[in-house]
Amino acid sequence: MGLKLQQSQHQHHSVAVKVNEQTGTKRGYTFIQANRAWLPKFLLLWVMVMAFLSTWIYKKMDADIKVRRKEVLSSMCDERARMLQDQFSVSVNHVHALAILISTFHYYKNPSAIDQETFAEYTARTAFERPLLSGVAYAERVVHSERGEFEKQHGWTIKTMQREPSPVRDEYAPVILSQETVSYIESLDMMSGEEDRENILRARATGKAVLTSPFRLLGSHHLGVVLTFPVYKSKLPTRPTVEERIEATAGYLGGAFDVESLVENLLGQLAGKQAILVNVYDITNSSDHLIMYGHQNQDGDLALLYESKLDFGDPFRKHTMICRYQQKAPTSWTALTTAFLFFVICLLVGYILYGAAIHIVKVEDDFHEMQELKVRAEAADVAKSQFLATVSHEIRTPMNGILGMLALLLDTDLSSTQRDYAQTAQVCGKALIALINEVLDRAKIEAGKLEMETVPFDLRSILDDVLSLFSEKSRNKGVELAVFVSDKVPEMVMGDPGRFRQIITNLVGNSVKFTERGHIFVKVHLAENTKPVVDAKVETCLNGGSDGGVPISDAHQFKTLSGYEAADERNGWDSFKHLVSYEESRYDASINMTVPGETSQSVTLMVSVEDTGIGIPLIAQDRVFMPFMQADSSTSRNYGGTGIGLSITKCLVELMGGHISFVSRPQVGSTFTFTADFGRCKKASFNDTKKSNTEDLPSSFRGLKAIVVDRKPVRAAVTRYHLKRLGMLAEVAGSVKIAASACGKNGSSCGSKIQPDIILVEKDLWLSVEDGGLSLRMLDWKQNGHAFKLPKMVLLATNITNVELEKAKAAGFVDTVIMKPMRASMVAACLQQVLGIGNKKQAGKDVQNGSLRSLLCGKKILVVDDNMVNRRVAAGALKKFGAAVECAESGKVALKLLQIPHSFDACFMDIQMPEMDGFEATRQIRMMESQANEQMNGGGIDKGFTRKGEWHVPILAMTADVIHATYDECLKCGMDGYVSKPFEEENLYQAVTKFFKV
Amino acid sequence: MNIVNQLQRQFIDFSTSLHREGFVDDQFTQLQKLQDENSPDFVVEVVSLFFEDCEKLINNMARALEQTQGVDFKQVDASVHQLKGSSSSIGAMRVKNACIAFRSFCEAQNREGCLRCLQQVTHEYSLLKNKLQTLFTLEQQILAAGGSIPVVD
Repeated sequence: MGLKLQQSQHQHHSVAVKVNEQTGTKRGYTFIQANRAWLPKFLLLWVMVMAFLSTWIYKKMDADIKVRRKEVLSSMCDERARMLQDQFSVSVNHVHALAILISTFHYYKNPSAIDQETFAEYTARTAFERPLLSGVAYAERVVHSERGEFEKQHGWTIKTMQREPSPVRDEYAPVILSQETVSYIESLDMMSGEEDRENILRARATGKAVLTSPFRLLGSHHLGVVLTFPVYKSKLPTRPTVEERIEATAGYLGGAFDVESLVENLLGQLAGKQAILVNVYDITNSSDHLIMYGHQNQDGDLALLYESKLDFGDPFRKHTMICRYQQKAPTSWTALTTAFLFFVICLLVGYILYGAAIHIVKVEDDFHEMQELKVRAEAADVAKSQFLATVSHEIRTPMNGILGMLALLLDTDLSSTQRDYAQTAQVCGKALIALINEVLDRAKIEAGKLEMETVPFDLRSILDDVLSLFSEKSRNKGVELAVFVSDKVPEMVMGDPGRFRQIITNLVGNSVKFTERGHIFVKVHLAENTKPVVDAKVETCLNGGSDGGVPISDAHQFKTLSGYEAADERNGWDSFKHLVSYEESRYDASINMTVPGETSQSVTLMVSVEDTGIGIPLIAQDRVFMPFMQADSSTSRNYGGTGIGLSITKCLVELMGGHISFVSRPQVGSTFTFTADFGRCKKASFNDTKKSNTEDLPSSFRGLKAIVVDRKPVRAAVTRYHLKRLGMLAEVAGSVKIAASACGKNGSSCGSKIQPDIILVEKDLWLSVEDGGLSLRMLDWKQNGHAFKLPKMVLLATNITNVELEKAKAAGFVDTVIMKPMRASMVAACLQQVLGIGNKKQAGKDVQNGSLRSLLCGKKILVVDDNMVNRRVAAGALKKFGAAVECAESGKVALKLLQIPHSFDACFMDIQMPEMDGFEATRQIRMMESQANEQMNGGGIDKGFTRKGEWHVPILAMTADVIHATYDECLKCGMDGYVSKPFEEENLYQAVTKFFKV
Repeated sequence: MNIVNQLQRQFIDFSTSLHREGFVDDQFTQLQKLQDENSPDFVVEVVSLFFEDCEKLINNMARALEQTQGVDFKQVDASVHQLKGSSSSIGAMRVKNACIAFRSFCEAQNREGCLRCLQQVTHEYSLLKNKLQTLFTLEQQILAAGGSIPVVD
């Protein structure tokens, strides 16, 4: 017990460790999961990067726009500059042409062809050619010496710009010809103005048009420049020097450019004049720019300026045009919107990604949580299994007590009924122990660790046992419970009896649970027999279903066991009859079941369990085999149960190489049918195992004859089957009358086919109309002198009241009633009582006792136990069976005694001993033996006293608690089996038989 | 013969009372069955072995439990286990039951409880000893009177 506890604790511990391991290893981290703390930071980073990017985009677009703006500005500015320049040069050219005109017509012609009138006329008419010039005038070069003559000739004095008579100078340049627009400057000395004088000097020195710096013009007060051209008296030589030019100069032609209105006009002709501001500067003096056009105040967009060079044909003067936009560059909405949209989109994308990541993290967290829960659930499952194991162990301990007591009870002198009750109790107790083991197996099934045994077993007795388990229940309900095994089914088959029992128990248990009336019928036959059955069914249908001598009193009755309708019609009498008769012929032909096909190693059995219960609702039929599924929730309320039974049954059937199916009709009943493969038993092992298997049926009934009186053929067949198992010959009669007449006839005419020893009558038949006739017949018999061989009348009943019993006695029945469900052993017990045949069982037990004696007689046995009293008792018990017993009080002493060579035939070993316990001692003994064996095999010497050439002393554990775990432990350390302490004969016998085969 | 019959009846009554009062159980009957011609004194032999063993163990336990501190419960437990084993072997039910209670106190390391149980075990043991001695005396008287010992079920 302590050991067990420790073990389970250890298991708990290992489970816990496992759980930890699982949680440890299963936590596979993904990238996202690993960086979950960084997620908000990632989002922030993303947003920042995107903000930066969109700013960059904005800047780039803005810069593009600015470049374009600048380009537009420069092209516009250049265009204006070029136009201005062109117009200017056109005007200059024209003034040039005018200068040539004057030199040609004023100087070369004599007399001059031009006077003031002509000049004014001509210039006025050609003014359109010089739109830029406000007017032109011609001034003649007059040296001081010629001044008087000149003034006389023209009739006026030379005046300065200030309209005063000119002071004396070297030279003068008075205007003699002028356009009407500038007629006010006639007679003014051009040389008196500082600007003009410089211009004149420069012009006659270069011979080209020269410009003044801008100044306010006399007439209009507009800013303007004056253009001056020299006019030469004679033709100049090619490449003239400056002196030659001065010498040849005759006068000067000048024109005033009104730059302000000029540019105003020009810009007016161009598109976009509103958009840009234009300034024109004279930059001859680079430090002081003189404005020629435009406002001096700095409005407009000062950030962007464009400068275009102007060339007005005077190399001395430099001019430039500066353009700028009127308005500041507008905010570029396109760039702003694009950048902003880009940012928003990126923000959204980032948020979506973040959301996804958060979601993934959450899902993974949930997943881990679920996984943990799953692990915990699995741990709980393991704990459940352990709990089951512990509890079933705890149940088994008192169960052993119950079984032991029953075994003792059976050894006392009991009446056969008492014996049967006690045996039933014992069998049930054993079944309970087995069931507890099966509870453990459920855990194994769930883990897929279930293994099937292959041992020979008697199918029929197992079916009897299972039925007896449910007999009480079915009897209370008034449900008939019956089993029928086809004769073709071998007596012993190889398979797993426990599992087979479990399947049958489950199915029958279910049926009992759900059946309130009618019957439950278990039928076993060979699977290959089903074919002829189906054929037969067709046949009988064709024949119109005539049943021969079976009278049917109630037209509504079905030909099933109890008369109620069954779900699967194939199980009705029509097919069943055929099966029985078919077998009969085969059976007769080949006694002892030497059926063809025995040569094959396996046999497939078909088992059907038919009931007339409530059936399975159609909607629930497809989930019958699913675990924990019952037809509906009310089922478990009304009938209890977990619904796991059928699923386990299905597993087991499949493990046995078969399959399970069912036919069910609500309110009619269900029939579960399964097939299973079993091995055939070899004849040799047959006899060996038979002894150790379940109780043998007494053979004292062999050859007795019986008549079964039953109107229902299926039930009759079942009864006959049980009688047959006892070796009795049985006939079926449809009514008492027929039976009695058969007896009577046989009695009188001695050529009897059958002289019945027993007549078995169904209760319901007897209770019907014929009972009066029956007793009459019996009386007749007695009077006719047949009394010496009067057959015993036995009643068959599912349940019976005392009144009915009295009545039956009065009618001539013996006082033993065979209660259903029938089992061969119970029938035998009853018949023993009825017929007064000696209690063979007692004899059988003596035989067993004797056989134990024969097994143990003369054997030398070592008993190892630290408890002196125990030792003495065990020794006493073994001595009683004739064994020579030696004792050892500890494992060490036992080891010494079992030093090879020794002469012990077996060793009984206590498990719990101080110093060295039974397990350890056994381990050491086995080690010792294997060493000795190796040496021997190595030396190749076959010593005479070694059996089988190998040392292996059978060691049996003696233990007070007979539980699975201990047994496993026993086997693990090399023991061969165990016996319970204190010794039980049966147990001892079973354990010992394995080793001492006679 | 009369005396023998009377003695036999007395014997039967006494052993049924032993069973009824739970001093011995079926195991004792089994033990009696083991006695035959080959080992005529088997029961007496085993029972006296048991008493010797018992006395020794009780003394051991009493000594171990005398210590007010640091009682070696392991040793006591081992002794109780021994006693339980032997008592169940001869079928001394009441002693066995007392041992079961004793063991649980041992496991709980309850000295008070142990002492009480020891007392009970000692009590049961001396009762049983008296009873069995009476039984054996009866047996001997029957044998001396030339009768056979009846089998009690």
